[in-house]
Formats: sequence, structure tokens, C-alpha cells
Amino acid sequence: MTSAPTPGTRRPPGPWRTAAADLLRNRPAMAAAAVLLFVVLASLCAPLYADHIAHTDPFQSHVSGTTVVDGRTVPVLTPSSTGLGLGVTPIGPTWDPAHYFLGADNQGRDVMARLLYGGRTSLFIGVTAALLTCVLGTAVGVVAGYAGGVVDAVISRILDVIWAFPVYLLAICLSVVLLTDGLRLGPLRVDAGSLWLPVTIIAAIYVPYIARPLRGQVLVLRNKEYIQAAVGSGAATPRILRREVLPNVVPTAIVFVPLMTALAMLTESALSFLSVGVQPPDASWGTIIQDGLGLLYTRPAVTVAPGLLIALTTAALNVLGDGVRDTLDPGARLRGGV
Amino acid sequence: MPLFARRGALAAATVALTLTAGCSSSDSGSSSDPSASSSGSGSSAFQPQHKGGTLKLVAHAAAGSLDPQVNYTLQYWQLYQSMYDGLLAFKKVGGDRSFTVVPDLAAAMPKVTNGGRTYTFTLRKGITFSNGKALTTDDVVASFERVFKVSSPTAGTFYNGIVGADACLKKPASCTLPKGVTGDAGANTVTVNLTAPDPEFAYKLAVPHASVVPKDSPAKDSGTKPLPTTGPYMAASYDPNRALKLVRNPHFKEWSREAQPQGYPDAIDYTFGQTVESEVTAVENGQADWMYDAPPADRLDEIGTKYASQAHVNPLTAFWYATLNVNMAPFDNKLARQAINWAVDRSAVVRLYGGTNLASPACTILPPGFPGHVDECAYTKGGGTTWKAADLAKAKELVKRSGTAGQEVGIVVQDDDVNKSIGQYLQSLLTQLGYKATLKPLSGNIQFTYIQNTKNKVQLALTSWYQDYPAASDFLNVLLSCASFRPGSDSSINISGFCDKGVDARMRTALTTMQTDPAAANKQWGALDQDIMAESPVVPLINPKMIDFTSTRVGNYQFSKQFYMLVGQLWVK
Repeated sequence: MTSAPTPGTRRPPGPWRTAAADLLRNRPAMAAAAVLLFVVLASLCAPLYADHIAHTDPFQSHVSGTTVVDGRTVPVLTPSSTGLGLGVTPIGPTWDPAHYFLGADNQGRDVMARLLYGGRTSLFIGVTAALLTCVLGTAVGVVAGYAGGVVDAVISRILDVIWAFPVYLLAICLSVVLLTDGLRLGPLRVDAGSLWLPVTIIAAIYVPYIARPLRGQVLVLRNKEYIQAAVGSGAATPRILRREVLPNVVPTAIVFVPLMTALAMLTESALSFLSVGVQPPDASWGTIIQDGLGLLYTRPAVTVAPGLLIALTTAALNVLGDGVRDTLDPGARLRGGV
Repeated sequence: MPLFARRGALAAATVALTLTAGCSSSDSGSSSDPSASSSGSGSSAFQPQHKGGTLKLVAHAAAGSLDPQVNYTLQYWQLYQSMYDGLLAFKKVGGDRSFTVVPDLAAAMPKVTNGGRTYTFTLRKGITFSNGKALTTDDVVASFERVFKVSSPTAGTFYNGIVGADACLKKPASCTLPKGVTGDAGANTVTVNLTAPDPEFAYKLAVPHASVVPKDSPAKDSGTKPLPTTGPYMAASYDPNRALKLVRNPHFKEWSREAQPQGYPDAIDYTFGQTVESEVTAVENGQADWMYDAPPADRLDEIGTKYASQAHVNPLTAFWYATLNVNMAPFDNKLARQAINWAVDRSAVVRLYGGTNLASPACTILPPGFPGHVDECAYTKGGGTTWKAADLAKAKELVKRSGTAGQEVGIVVQDDDVNKSIGQYLQSLLTQLGYKATLKPLSGNIQFTYIQNTKNKVQLALTSWYQDYPAASDFLNVLLSCASFRPGSDSSINISGFCDKGVDARMRTALTTMQTDPAAANKQWGALDQDIMAESPVVPLINPKMIDFTSTRVGNYQFSKQFYMLVGQLWVK
């Protein structure tokens, strides 16, 4: 028997609203979210900075270009004039947003502009790959856990095989192979230079990391009384999955999103650093670190700046992820993590 | 280096051979080559107090096969100077005299007869391979046949004039040269018959592809398995992913200091796999004695100032260039090829290479100071004899006219810092011109052979060419003749696939003229250079200089213009 709410009394907040309120009270998580928001907004403003402030194309080489420092026109790449006169050094940080704020790389490109564009790429790949991983992992975990039997056995063994490979080794192998001709898998076609290629590779290699814990959760859920009751009352499997199982596993999947984003960004950076991730002229923080490697002695800012941003962003994502976990799955904190 | 000096060197060598054709050589070991005999004073005496120690060399990557008749890289040709010998050799000294050809395994310069078609060599006696077997005329004959059996990269260009070479080029596996190269064990002589006089044949016999190896050497690329040597060093072990170790050849006895001097170090350790940055640091710290690779841009200033006394900068008769595949879109279109030549900012490439003290902009295929070179710049804004500036507007117009805008272009470069940064620049430039350019960096171990094979469908590759010997044909005939284009082969040095019958005929004429009138021939080569550039199968980028960065303990540095630093002559004690 139900009764209509009494006029004048407040309806108790739903679980999502409660979780949001809890999250807002979590100061470290909010600080991390603020950092992330800043990084995202700055990255989104990359074209604005490049076109209207720095007036530069960060994807085009400016090897013979010039710029203005303290009112003087100077070459972006300066030939050495001491000793044997060997070598050419890119301009260092000028701290002038209009003229190579963080200096130039070995192609004479504005490092600040590339950092902002690189942020867009790294965040895009990180977030997209994480979402894709979570969606695929949830689907695979739910199907395997609920179906059981042969289906579960087959899916679990495939996950075991993927799990057996060192994750970076697998990513590098897939990238090296797919970078030649792109990915052609039925209707799925991803060009070799496309950003969707690292997204697909990273998403694929991390699926077991989501699918396996969720499968375990579903294995427990399918024996719960309310699921058994739904089965006994003749509810169709899709309905049971949608109405009874998914609502219980989605919070866990959501907890994974920020953590997977951090992991995906680190993986992308590593692949790009090894020249098998984002392909030039596209920039990501990983490719910028690689560009700066040859300038480590003379222009360390080219390497240090994206390195700091990667560290800052992934740390923020991890703190936020912890906050989300504490909010959506308080028991996990007691268990020592998700 | 002044133009006349190089021309003088070539003329001297050519005249020497012409003179030899009318002279009888003695078996005394003295040379009938005037330039060779007059240059003996340049060979400094061996200083035994510096003998010993291990010379430690480092490189980012190995250079592939160790087979001297197959490998075609500067990296190993430099080493082969202390390992293998041919009938003739370039004099192993520093400076211009290093272009002089002297007798090596031959006791004297050859007796040239039959109108320049027959070369008769008398072998030195008492020379032994590192496996203990004595050198015989059979080894020499078998080595010439092996050049074809292993499909040596220059088999079709350097040695195609030997009688019977045509059949060998068609069926390498069953190659015999019964009328081309014959040995007389009794007289200890080897006779080489040519189909036509070749004024550059002495040079061709002095490069590593003409090395003499034992007659029982495998009739295929020996790869990582070292072949026995005649020189002062032999390979004790070779792993292209790790290291090459050279030790003294126990059977070596110096027979000619100018052709094959004994070496100073007891062993030479060549380590691979380090980054170029760590190579520089290793040399600075004395952990390595020399690095093969060009130092990275960010270390050059440091080398040029703090370690200036350890840096040796030498100009090279070489050029770095981009190959444009004339048989594949978009560069099967001449306008598209010309557009690239107009667009490339050579001064930008000079900067990426390390600045004006390390390279100069290139306009022609033949390097400045090289026989046949003409100061003319077809693709510079405003025209002139030297490169001034790129003309991007003209390049864009040509791309538009060619109708190739929007097409995909793959750029294949080596994966070291300098090559990759030039590749990135080219990618940026091609994007500006409207192409969809992608960059493919490959290990130096495989890039050079990869870009030669047409099966890999390379559209644009960055590579470089360092002279084999001081003659214009070594650039134009070797790099851009029809004979050098071998579809489907890893040994197709005409990477652009440029084959113009008319140009080929003119090259043959220039080669013929070279026998009688080197000056006129060089004019012909100069004109050919200009005409080939009008077709634009390649984009000359820079003429480099070389930095040899050595450790403080290294002494007796000598730079041969032919094969660069004389590795075996360095001392570490």
C-alpha cells in the first residue's frame, strides 16, 4: 500500500542527488575537479590562443621564422655564435603570451600553443577511450556474468588472453601494426593517422580491467532474491538486465571512468612518446615530450611543461576518481578500493 | 675546397691510368701511377708506442649486413678500410691525397692494354686471409663473380662493363666470368676484360664492393656472419642489435703502408642501440671514443664550445636529398615534383642539420667542388647561382596546376633526431602545399633498403649520398640511371625510379668523353645535372659537413676525404 506524500513535507532526495551532494562536500575531489576544469577550459581555448594571442599555427614548422623579444626581432631558431659555432637553439620562454610564451621546439613551433592543442588531444583520447572501455567492459562483464555457462567461459578466456599480455606491450604491438594501414574491421574503418586509432587501441586493451570485476559483481547479483523473483515471474532477460542488473553495476562503472581516463591518458602519452600513438603533425602531450627530448639540455621547458600537465591532470583524475568512488560505493573504501 | 683542385685530382688519376695503359708495370711493388708514387711521403711511420688498447665506437643502430660486397653504407665502408682489401685502394691518408688510387692486393697499378679494355694485375705474394688461407688468383676471380651472385648494389653500375656481366646480371646465381675475369696462378696475375674502356674503373676497384674474399665464401649475402678479411682487423662477433667486435687479424702483415697500414688499437668495439644523446655523453665522459651519428642539435653548442678541441669538422662531398617517386602519384607529375623543389627552404634544413657551419644549401646533385659541378640554382626565388630563398607561392601554383592537391604522401625517414626533424619539416611543408602528408620514421638499420624497394611504395624518402669515388658519374649515373633502377629489389639505388633513355645515352657519352677529355666530360656532366634537375626526380637539400667527436684519449686523427676518419689509425694509448 502506498500513500501520497503529505503536503508540506519534503520528498527525500534520490540516490544520485545524495551522491552529488556528498561529492560536493568532498574538498579534495572538488579541488581536483577545479584543476581538471581549468585544464579542460584552457585546452578548449587552444584555437583562441593560437589565432588571436600568439598568432601562430602550432602545426606548421617555422624553422626560418622570427619573433619579437623586448622590441627586437630575433630568429626563432638561433645559430650558435660561440666556439666552433655549431648548433641552433630554439628560442626559450619569453613569458610574453604573444611571442613564444614557453619558447619554441626544434621546428620553431610555439610550445604554449602546442601544449593547449596537445591537451585537447590527450583529454579527448583519455576521456573517449575511458568511456569506450567502460561501455564495452560493462557490456562484456554483464553478458558474461549473467549468461554463465559456455558464453561466460568463452568471454572469460578471451579476457584472460588479453589480460595475459603486458598492457603497454600489447598497445605498442597493436599500434605498430595498425599504424601502417589503419584498422579495417567489417564496417569499422579507422585511418592510420586518425586520433580514433589510439582511442580504439587503448579502449580495447583495458576492457578486461572493467569487464572482470563487473562480471564478478553480476555473478553475485544473479543469485539475489529479487533477480530470482524477476526470473520466476517470467521477466524477459533484456528487461532483467536493464531494470535490475545494470542499475546495480553502473555506479561501479562510473567509479572507473575518472580512473580509466587517467590510465588512458598515461597510455596515450607513452605510445605517443614512442611514436606509435598520436602521429605528427597532431600534437599530444606525449608527442610534445618526445619533440622536447632532443632539447632536454638547452630547452627543458619543452619536455617539462607537458610532463607537469600529464602529472597534474592524472593526479587530479585519480583524486576525483577516489571521491566518486567514496560517494557511489562507500563500501569500497572499507574494502580498500574498488 | 676549390673546384679546380677536385678536377685536378680526377684528371691526375685519369691521366695516370691512361699513362699506365702505355706502360709496363714492374712487379717491384712500385706504382706506375704518378700521383701514387709522389704521395708516399704522406704516409707517416708507424709509432709502436701507441699500439694497443681498445677503441670504443658507438652508433644508434647497426648498418645491416656485414658483407663487404653487399653493404652500401658509409658506416661500414669506413670500417671496411681496416678489414678488407681489393686489388686497388684509395690511399689511407688524410686530406686530398686520399683520393689517390694505389695498388693494394695488386703489386702495382694494372697494365692497361687493348685500348683501355684489358687490365692485368699481378698479385702480391704472401698475403693471407684471417682464416689462415693464402690469397690466390682464384679468390680474386671468385670475388668478381660473387659481386653478381650476391646482387651487389653496384653490380649493375660499377661492374656491368666486365665482359660477361650482362649475363650475370640476368642470372646472378649461375654467374661466371670466363672471358671477363681470368686468373693465371702460375704467373700470379688476374686479367679483367671490359666491353668498353672505363676511365673510372680504377676507382671502382678501390671500393669495398670489389673486396677480395675467399673463393669458398657463400654465394649469398653473408649477413651477420663475417667473411674472412685480409686487412689488419677481422670481425670476431656481430650482433646488429648489440655490438660488432673487431680484433686484430693474426695473419696480417703490412705490405703497403699507403694502401693498408697496420692499425693501432688491438680491438675495436662498436656498440649499437644507444640514443644519440647518450652517445655524446659517453664520448664526453670518455666511456666511448667516437660516435658515428651526427650529434643532436641541443648538444652541438656544448660540443663547439666546451669540447671544441675534441670536435673535428670536415666538409664532405655529399648531399642530403629527398627522393620523389616518379612512378607513383603524386610525383609521377613533373609539376608536383618541381613544386617540392621550389617549396623547400634549404636554409631551414641547414638549421635543422645544425647551422651554417655544419651544412650549406644544395641546389644541384653534384656537390660544390666536385667534378662537373656547376654553380647554378634552378629552384631559388629570383634565380641565380646560389640558393637564396624558397618560392612557396610558385610551388602552390604548380601544385594547383598539377591537380595533385589533396593526395596522400608518405614520407619515410630514418628515426634519428636530425632525419626525423627534417622529415617533420617536409611534412609540414607538404601540408602547406595541400597534400595529406604522413611521416614514417624507420630505424636506420632498415630504412635505406626499405626505401629502395618499389614493393614498399615509398613516395618520398629522405636520404643522403656520400661519394663512392671522386667522379660525377658516381652521383648522376649511380643514383639516376636506368641501370640503377631495379624494381622489386632492395638494391635499387635509383630510389626515385627515374629512367630517361635520353639522359642515359648522354651519360654514356660523358663516360666515353671522360677517357680522352675529362674537362669536356665534366661539362657534359654539369649540363646533365641541370637537365635532370629540370625533371626534378630529387630535391637536393644540403651539402653536409661532418663532425667527428672523439674522446680526449684519442690521437692521430686523420680525415680521408674518400672514406672519412681512418678508424684503424686512431690511437688510444
